[in-house]
Formats: sequence, structure tokens, C-alpha cells
Amino acid sequence: MSLLEVENLSLSIRDMPILHDVDLKIEAGEVLGVVGESGSGKSITALAVMQLLPVGSAWKGSIRLDGNALETYSEKQMCALRGNDIGMVFQEPMTALNPVQTIGDQVAETILVHSGSSRREARRIAREALNRVGLPPEQFPLDRYPHDLSGGQRQRVVIAMAIALRPKLLIADEPTTALDVTTQAQILKLLKSLVEEDDMGLILITHDLAVVADMADHIAIMKDGVIVEAGETVSLFRQMSHPYTRALFEASNHVPTRNPDHGADGSKPVIEIDSVVRDYALPRRSLFSAPDHFRAVDRVSLAIMHGENVGLVGESGCGKSTLTRAILALDAVQGGEIRLDGKLFSTTGEGPDRQMRRRVQVVFQDPYSSFNPRHRVDRLITEPFFLLEKQPDAEERDARIATALSNVGLQPSDAHKYIHEFSGGQRQRIAIARALIIEPSLIILDEAVSALDVSIRAQILDLLADLSDRLAVSYLFISHDLSVVRAITDRVLVMKAGKIVEEGRTEEVFRNPQHSYTRELLAATPILDEALRAREARATAE
Amino acid sequence: MSDPQIIMERPAGMVHAALRSPSFMIGLVLTLLFTVAALLSFVWTPFDVTQLNIANKLKSPSATHWLGTDAFGRDIFSMLMVGARTSIAVAIVAVGIGIVVGVPLGLLAAARHGSLIDEFVMRTNDLIFAFPALLMAIMITAVFGPSALNAIIAIGIFNIPVFARLARGAALSLWTRDYVLAARVAGKGRTLISAEHILPNITNLLIVQGTIQFSLGILAEAGLAYVGLGTQPPLPSWGRMLSDAQTMIYIAPNLAIFPGLAIVLTVLGLNLMGDGMRDIFDPKLRRAR
Repeated sequence: MSLLEVENLSLSIRDMPILHDVDLKIEAGEVLGVVGESGSGKSITALAVMQLLPVGSAWKGSIRLDGNALETYSEKQMCALRGNDIGMVFQEPMTALNPVQTIGDQVAETILVHSGSSRREARRIAREALNRVGLPPEQFPLDRYPHDLSGGQRQRVVIAMAIALRPKLLIADEPTTALDVTTQAQILKLLKSLVEEDDMGLILITHDLAVVADMADHIAIMKDGVIVEAGETVSLFRQMSHPYTRALFEASNHVPTRNPDHGADGSKPVIEIDSVVRDYALPRRSLFSAPDHFRAVDRVSLAIMHGENVGLVGESGCGKSTLTRAILALDAVQGGEIRLDGKLFSTTGEGPDRQMRRRVQVVFQDPYSSFNPRHRVDRLITEPFFLLEKQPDAEERDARIATALSNVGLQPSDAHKYIHEFSGGQRQRIAIARALIIEPSLIILDEAVSALDVSIRAQILDLLADLSDRLAVSYLFISHDLSVVRAITDRVLVMKAGKIVEEGRTEEVFRNPQHSYTRELLAATPILDEALRAREARATAE
Repeated sequence: MSDPQIIMERPAGMVHAALRSPSFMIGLVLTLLFTVAALLSFVWTPFDVTQLNIANKLKSPSATHWLGTDAFGRDIFSMLMVGARTSIAVAIVAVGIGIVVGVPLGLLAAARHGSLIDEFVMRTNDLIFAFPALLMAIMITAVFGPSALNAIIAIGIFNIPVFARLARGAALSLWTRDYVLAARVAGKGRTLISAEHILPNITNLLIVQGTIQFSLGILAEAGLAYVGLGTQPPLPSWGRMLSDAQTMIYIAPNLAIFPGLAIVLTVLGLNLMGDGMRDIFDPKLRRAR
């Protein structure tokens, strides 16, 4: 008898079919990876197992946990089951904890609700759970608040809440997507060890093939509410009998074809950044002392040649976003200077030159908050025209809108639609159109593909490579995702704690990293092929 | 990504959307009804509201006096028509003062978040909030004399911090959006960004708060009239009609019921219209279902 058996699960929400005949099976001590793109139904499958479905959902089929059919359970019985037999870990550690409760109280709450033990006993179990997830009592007493903790530590608290009562089944819905690579590696390792210690079943929901290849024993691949392929990890990846599996696999390893002669020696630099410093004022300690400063960017220098694509890699808090804002002249710098095409753009004490602003444009990470929802596309993408001295007349404006939209693979007729009529990938195309429309020499791509599904990401990367070849525009590609940086950049810079620690041609840095931090980053990045080979080696050893 | 909600057609126009929104239409009809009654009262009322007729006092509703008469024999229907004038005018102007002064102040404070201007605007707001509204209104009317105009000013001043705070709070969260950052990259200044990107996205909140403040305005006018500081007799107002009816609530309940109903229906009408307007202004909700 399996730990969890889902058979012929079909589900519809307000008569809209969401899942069709989903079959899943997981044994105790096993990790099942559920992989799919957004909208594939992987999260709703998990919610169906927890019976936490949105209002208006109707499902049929059977869900059996330890042989007990969940469809016969009342809501009250399900409440007893949740947290006790099934635990869940969510994607966003920043919102999964209540900011006004201590971590001890939050972990103890689950225990109090289920075990009926005394408050003291509950706190003892909570302490134990926190110890198990790697939060020792010396640094992490029970009375600490979530705001004291980093994202990775918060995710550990969330995991402690889920495993406090040693559930038989743990469901982790994109548990590491919001985390840095090195933190991701630690959390994945923790989950793996918990599965082994407690002989627990783990359903790992993710969009990242490399992560599941490393973690999961079995994999189910979902698309549009259907499991298109399922099986043992290594054989599934080696065979890939379903075309969608192959498409996913290719998209996640996608390397766009590019002209090789970018940033050839002797070409002019588009931007030169010379020992730029950005300080933030810290809150005053006392009324009479001057406030201290936090140096977010510490004497950073870099140059980007005409038509060159440069990657900037680093983890959250390393100062890459602050540097972006300084390059965009949104914030004043406290030292050094930024030159565009050889002319001074921004330096200490002086505001940026408005006329030069048009040479740098930006594409942001989140396609859903990048646009004013009340404007139509034509108005959205022509916003940078504000920087022109002479506004183009109606005819020229329409022509440029049409060119920009067709450059990014959209129709000129899309100009009259509102932004909510577009999907995430299309929105990111519109964001690129907005950056392109005044023909800048440099586009900063701030995590521009991080929020996209792998197949969409591959398309956007192709588009970016094509645009850089055709229009000879330079990119500064800021990302925490090393595989994406490797695919699209000529040169890469590694940033840590406000400083550039390593710089070089992309392939050389990836093949032969010099700085210890770069090596650490590369080691933490999950790689599909290596994970599969390690898995096979283990199988033959046994 | 296939999104079934994406319908490839031009969104319907605002007029079209308005006609299809039942709440907006009901609200519009109610509001128009009271506005027409108020305007009509300038040229015609069934009876003269300044003419006393003691012999005819406290009549129940009848064919001649549709809603009955009050303790002085005045026709209640006529009084409601004239009262609509003051009540609606006071509330609209008071909300208007609040929006016209308060919203720009709030937007300014948000645009200059953390600066001295922000502090100054918000602390001044706190100062106004610190006084009970009615007390301040009494003070103003005591200094400048009781009249409808002074009531309007007093109520209007207390609407300013309400809208300033609301606008600032909502604007602050919008200032962190990427589209605002994109506008800054396009070289736009704080004023232009506030007007183009912030204001349109907080209108739904302002409309909802506006309708709430409108009903509070009618009640505040009634309160001021109750203590004798609003509209002066013989000109009737809904608030004073209510307060006059208080002593006779058991003998002639219609004296309280009809002005009360008038207030409720006006406020309801405006709230429905506000809800409808919020949906119509939002391009996402305007789309046909």
C-alpha cells in the first residue's frame, strides 16, 4: 500500500475543467517531483490532496492517504489531518509567517492545535523542530521575530512548522524559487535529510528540471491539467518519450544562437563606470550623533563595449539592484563617475544629464507590475518619448510603435489593447519594446527572465539575442540565475557585498572560476546532467 | 500560456459599460431624482415652505399633502424638496473641498516621502484630526455666525485630512511599482508621475471614500443644524427636519421617517453610483463578462 495514491482525479472550478484524470503515487521515504509551467495545475493538485480547494471547485476520483479515502472525510476530520499527517511548505517565505508572532509561538501553534499537549510541551517540541531544521537555540531562541531572519532562515521556520508533528507526507510548493542559489542548495539538502530521517513522503512541486533531477526519485510532468509523462527520474529523462518533456528539457537548457564577434577589441565603450560608490544612511543611533552609512556599492568599476552583452551575477543584497539604480541615474552616487559614450552622465553631487538618459533603458523582473494598468499599450511603450526634445508627430509615432512591436514579435494592432489582455511573456515583450523605442545604446535587463516559465524564457532569450545582433544594442544582464547568464552574455561580473570579486569572459569564468565565491555559486547551481549522472552512479554502486 | 480570459477585441466604451452596470444605473436614477427635486424647488414647490398654517398641523399623508404636514402645518414634501438643496449642496461642496485640497496634498506628501514637506503635511493633518470635528465646526460658526456657507467650510476642512491620508497611503504603495520606476527612467518628474500614474490608480479608493464622506457630510450638516449652527430657519434642511421631529416621534412618526428616508436614499444612490463608477473606470473590470 502506498502512502498516497491519487487516482483519476478530475477537478473543475465553476465548471471550468482544471485537472483531467491525474494519477499520482508516492511511497514513504520517497520524493515525487511534480513539474510543470504556470497554469499546468500542479499547485491545485497539491491543494486537492490537502482539501484546501478554492470555493466553487468540484472534484471526482479518489485520493487515498495510507489507505484512507479522503473523499469520505468531513471538514473537521480533514482539519485534524492537515498539519498532523500532511504538512505543507509554501513558496514565499516572506509572507508565510505572521510578522507579529515569535517563531516559537508559530511553530508551537500547530502542535497545540493537534496534539492537545500543554503549552510547555508544545514549546519543547517546537524547539526540537527548529533544531532539526538547523536553527540552533543559541542563535535562534524561540522568542525571535520573523523580521530578524533572512529569507532562507524564514523558510527553515516554515519547514519546522510543517514537520513539527512528523507528518507522513510533506508537500513543498516551489519551496526554493524565491531564494538565492546557495540558500536553495541548503534548503534542498535539509528537505532531503528530513525525508530520510522521518521516512516521510515528499511531493516537490517545481518548474525547475535541474532541481527535481537532483531531488526526486519519481517525476510527474504536468501540462494543462494532465500528467503527460511520469516515471522513475533517470529513465524518464533518458527516454523522454513525450514531446512536451523534450520541449521542456530543451527550453531549460536553451542557448540562443548569437553572432560570436560581440565586444571585439577596439570597439568603443558604451558605458564606463569608474569606482562608483553608493551609501545608504542608517537610522540615527542617538539624537546627537550623525547617522552611519551602509555602503551598498563599493568602488565598482566596469565598462561595456558597443554591442556587448555583459552579465552581472550575485545574490540578493549584494548591491546589484542599487548599482542598476545608480546607472539609471535614479539615485545620486556618492563617489566616482558614470560616463555614457565617453560623456559624463552622472557623478557626485550633480544630477544626471536629461538628454543622455535616453541612451539607457531598462526592463524589470515582474511583468505584472511593470505597466500602469490604466493605459493602453501605445501610451505605455511611448513613455520614453518624453525624453525627446521634439515629440514625434502622430504619423511617425504610429510608425515607431509599429516597428517596436513587430521587433519584439507582436502585432502593430496590439497597440490599442490594455495590458491585462496579455500573458506574462507577452508583457515582457512589451517591456522590451518600451526600452527599444527610443533606440538606446544600453538596455539593463534586471532579472528580466526570472519570473517567466522555461519555454517562455527560451523565447525571450532568443528575442534578446536576435535584437542584440540586429540592432547592435548592448545589454547589462543582471541575474541570480547562472545558467541564463551563461547562455546570453559575452562577459560576466560576479558581485558580492558591494564589490566585483571576479570578472572575465563568460565561458572562462564558468569553466575555471578563480574566486572562492564564484566557485561556491557554481557549485550550488543545480545542473540537470550532473544530477542525472550522480543518480546513475549511485544506482550502479548499489 | 493560454489564458482563456484574453478576448481579442477592443474593450467596450465607458458609456456602453455604464449602461450595462445595474448598480450604476440605479444609483444614477436615485441621484438624479433628488437633484431634480432640489433644482425644481427653486421655481416650484406644491406649498410655500415659509407659510405657517397652524390649523393644518400634523396631518397624515393625504391627497393634498402627499407626505403630511409638520407641527407648523407646513407641507413635508415641499420641505424635503427645499431641504434637498441645502443637504446635497453642503455635502457635495464639503467633499469637493476635501478632494480638491486633500488629494494633491496627499500626493505631494507621498512624492516627497520622508522629506520635511511630508512631515509638515502629515503633522498638520494630525493637528486637524486632534480636534473633534463638531467642536471645530461650532467654533467656526460661532466666530463667523451660523449659516449654510460656514457649515460647508467647517465640514469641508475636516474632509481634507481624510483624503490627504488616504491619497498618501495608497500613493506610497504605488511609488514602489516598476511602472513608476520606468516613468522615472523616461525622465518624468514627480508631479507628472503623480498625475499620470498615481492618481488614476487611486481613483477607485477616492470614489469609495468620497461616497462615504458624502453621507457623513449630510449627517454632519444635520448635526450642525440640530444644535442650531447650520442652515437657519425658515429655510428647511433634512437634518433640522429630523431634529424637529424628535420631540414628536410618537405622535407623528412620518415627520422623522420621510427626511430619514430621503437621507438614506440619497446616500444609497451615491454609493451605488460610486461603485459603478469604480468598475467603469477600471479597464480590467470594464471588459464584458
